[in-house]
Formats: sequence, C-alpha cells, structure tokens
Amino acid sequence: MNKFNLNNSYKAVVIGGSAGSFQGMIKILSQLPKNFPLPIIMALHRLKHVRHGFVEALSIKSVVPVTEPYDKEPVKKGGVYLAPANYHMSVELGHTFALSTEEMVNNSRPAIDITLGSCAYVYKDKLIGILLSGANKDGALGMKHITDKGGLTIVQEPSECMIETMPKAALALTKIDHVLKVDQIVEFLKELDKQYK
Amino acid sequence: MQDIDIADLKKITELIFQKYRYDFRNYAMSSFKRRVLRILELKKLNVETLLKKLNDSPGFIYEFLDELTVNVTEMFRDPGFWRILREEIIPGILLNHKQFKIWHAGCSSGEEVVSMCIMLKEMGILQDVTLIASDLDTTILERAKAATYTMKNMELNEKNYIRFQGTGNLKDYYTEENGVAVFDKTLLANVSFRKHDLVLGEVFNKFDLILCRNVMIYFNQTLQNEVLKKFHESLFKYGYLAIGSKESLIWCDYASRFIVVNNEEKIYKKIKD
Ligand SMILES: C[S@@+](CC[C@H](N)C(=O)[O-])C[C@H]1O[C@@H](n2cnc3c(N)ncnc32)[C@H](O)[C@@H]1O
Repeated sequence: MNKFNLNNSYKAVVIGGSAGSFQGMIKILSQLPKNFPLPIIMALHRLKHVRHGFVEALSIKSVVPVTEPYDKEPVKKGGVYLAPANYHMSVELGHTFALSTEEMVNNSRPAIDITLGSCAYVYKDKLIGILLSGANKDGALGMKHITDKGGLTIVQEPSECMIETMPKAALALTKIDHVLKVDQIVEFLKELDKQYK
Repeated sequence: MQDIDIADLKKITELIFQKYRYDFRNYAMSSFKRRVLRILELKKLNVETLLKKLNDSPGFIYEFLDELTVNVTEMFRDPGFWRILREEIIPGILLNHKQFKIWHAGCSSGEEVVSMCIMLKEMGILQDVTLIASDLDTTILERAKAATYTMKNMELNEKNYIRFQGTGNLKDYYTEENGVAVFDKTLLANVSFRKHDLVLGEVFNKFDLILCRNVMIYFNQTLQNEVLKKFHESLFKYGYLAIGSKESLIWCDYASRFIVVNNEEKIYKKIKD
C-alpha cells in the first residue's frame, strides 16, 4: 500500500516550475488532500512586473487558498505559498519567509534555485522537492542541494512536460528519487498525507 | 559552489563591526549569506583570505560594502504606489504644509529619488519640497548623484512611467549620451545626498514622508524594530512611512504607533508619539 515508502518525518514540500507548469500545478493544488499537514512552498517563473492575477488564478481551484507571503511571515503547516513577482523567496532558519530583490538568477526573479536551496538548508532531510515543466535550467542546482542534504526529490516525467528542459537538467545534475507524471505526484501527496493521519 | 557556515559569517560581521563600525550582525541570514558567497566567488576568495583582506587593506571595505548591499532598483517601481502618492498622500500633506520634507532612506542608485522629483515637478510643487537621499554604500551614492542610467534599464523605467500615468513622457527628463540616459540635473536641485547608516546612524532631522522600500527586508526582526523606532522619531506626528509592497510592520512592536493608510502599497501614518 505504501508505494513510495514514505513516513511522517517531513516538514515541508517545495515546488519549482516554469513554462508549461501551470496546468500541472493547478491539478496538484486542486487534488491536494484536505488539511494537508505540510507547508507547500512554490517558486514559479512569472512575469516580473505583474503583481496581480497569478495567485488568484492558482487559488481558484486550489483546495487551500494560495498566498504570496510577506517578508518575515511565519511558514505555517498547511499553508500554500507562492513567491511574489519580482522577489526572490527564501525560508530562514526560524521558519519565516525572507524576500529579496537581489540580481536575477538564471534570468529569473523569483529564482527556483534560491527557494529550493534555502529550503534545503533549513529543512535538510525533512524536505520534499518537486520540479515541474520548464524551459531553462533554473531549479537543477536547487534540487542538487536538496539531494545533498538528504531530502527527497521528484521531477515531472519529461515526456509529459510541455517543455522538458528543466526536469532534464535536474536529472543530469543530481540523483532524483522519483520521475513522476502529475497524476502520480498527486498520488504521492495523498500517500504522504496518510502518514500524518 | 562553496558553502559558508554561521560561525564564519559571524567572524566576518564581527571583524567589520570592530574595525570599521558597520553593523551587519542583525541582517537577515539567508540573503546575507548569499551576498558573502557571491563576494567570495567574484573576488576569488575563501573565508580566510576574505578576513585577511578586510583586516589588512582598509580600502577594500568600500568595495566589499558595494557588493554586499543589494542595489537593484527601478524608476517608478510599483506604479500603483506612485499613483497613490500623487493622488492621496502628497495632497494630504499639502493640506497642512505648503512646504515639506521627504527622506529616501536606502536610495541606492537614486531611481526612486529621480522618480519623486519628476512626480513633484509634474504636480508643480518641486520647488516647495526638501529631499534627503541617503544610503550606506558610498559607491552607489555617487551613482545616485550622477543620475545617469544605462539605456538598457530605460525600457523598464519607461514602462513603469507609463503605468504611473505621468503627464509627459519620461524622455522629456533626460538626454541620451553614449548609451546612457543623463537626467536633467535641475530636477535634483533640492536633493541632498548623504551617507547615512540606518543601523548605527543617529536621527538627524524630521520629515513629513519617509520612503524606505526594500531595505528592511535585509534586516532581521530585531533590527527592523530598532530602525522603525528611528523612523518613528524622524517623522512629524501624522507623517507618512512607505515600505516595500511585500513588507509589513505587523511583527514590529512599534507598529502600534502607526496606522495603515494604504495596505496594498504599504503606506503607514504615525499617529502616536
Ligand atoms: C534594494 S535597494 C532599495 C532601493 C529602492 N528604495 C527601491 O525600493 O527600489 C536597498 C538599499 O539599501 C541600502 N542599505 C542597506 N543597509 C543599509 C543601512 N544599514 N543603512 C542605509 N542603507 C542601507 C543598500 O545599500 C541599498 O542601496
């Protein structure tokens, strides 16, 4: 029954995505188990100067409303968070969000590498990292940080991706635990949820 | 990529504090660490050689500060914020004072200051306003004084200006010379640029409006609260404080002395001494 061999030691799920990840992200959020026990922290590439609309679009079908955290906002269990436009988003050791306007990384702000890397540092082997479809290599290094700290990594099955560059870059750079279709990622999260109930 | 642990970061901040009197000990850890790692990479140093360089070559500190601070900025950043300033906040100040004072704390390369002067000019009140623009980083302050920006950045600045719905055309305020936009210096006639450290610096004046946007995100909560205290002291009663759109004062003790006048654009008003 426990197909992915999970346990209840995880503290957070971090998800990166870019071009072609929107539909997958919606599917994941709309099928998220009720009262999901972990925070979901998302860094998705987006238009830098459009502050509104994206979080609303993600929220429409999401089981839990998605919010863009303020700087210093505490990370809460069950919260679903999206990196705001034109800011990099990190998590601090005290489990609060930190935003920054540093230079773009991989041509992106928010950069997935920054969010994944900071989560890896804070949550270590208690982190699950998921990387979806995308057209550049942002996120690959972040996934390597997660693997190096003993976290669990998942990339979207490249053949299912609208653009496979991003998951492929991660697969080339580091060990990835599971290569899954979006439907299987949904299954994975359901199974994870069960470990906490 | 090399990593750096907290003990090493502490050695660096201690040395800088003891030797140069800049205090980064309460900066937000995640971004501070990335900045230091970036410097190590840029300057081809490791922690030991960095400490040695900071200790042995006094001139290096300015280079270090310039790289350490995050100077990324834009003209008319968050155009909606500037519209609220023009349509609500400044008219509110003008009800009580025909002449008033603005402080840009952490002005970086000055785009925010130039934007302010353009807006005040379009409102016909530029001559009535005294502005102070300050930053910790002297290298970037020189760039702010020059008010020249690479044309590469002007596309974004123009877009922001259009969304701000200025009365003219941003091109009216600068001339293009060798790939840089040189802004009309008369715009900045009422601006004094000064080096000022928000952490160790004294309160030096009183203002009707303070802009400190995307600066306190680099501080931890303790430091934020201390700096907010200084802003509180630097504001006239009923003066305004504007912070970045993704910042909030709710985690600061001093927040109770302010009310939110615009939550979307994060503009606060001091209501209690
Ligand atoms: C990202 S820029 C903000 C520019 C502009 N306000 C904006 O929102 O676009 C941050 C600036 O804060 C300055 N800064 C950082 N620490 C400071 C301190 N202790 N005192 C004064 N300025 C500081 C940095 O040098 C940098 O220029």
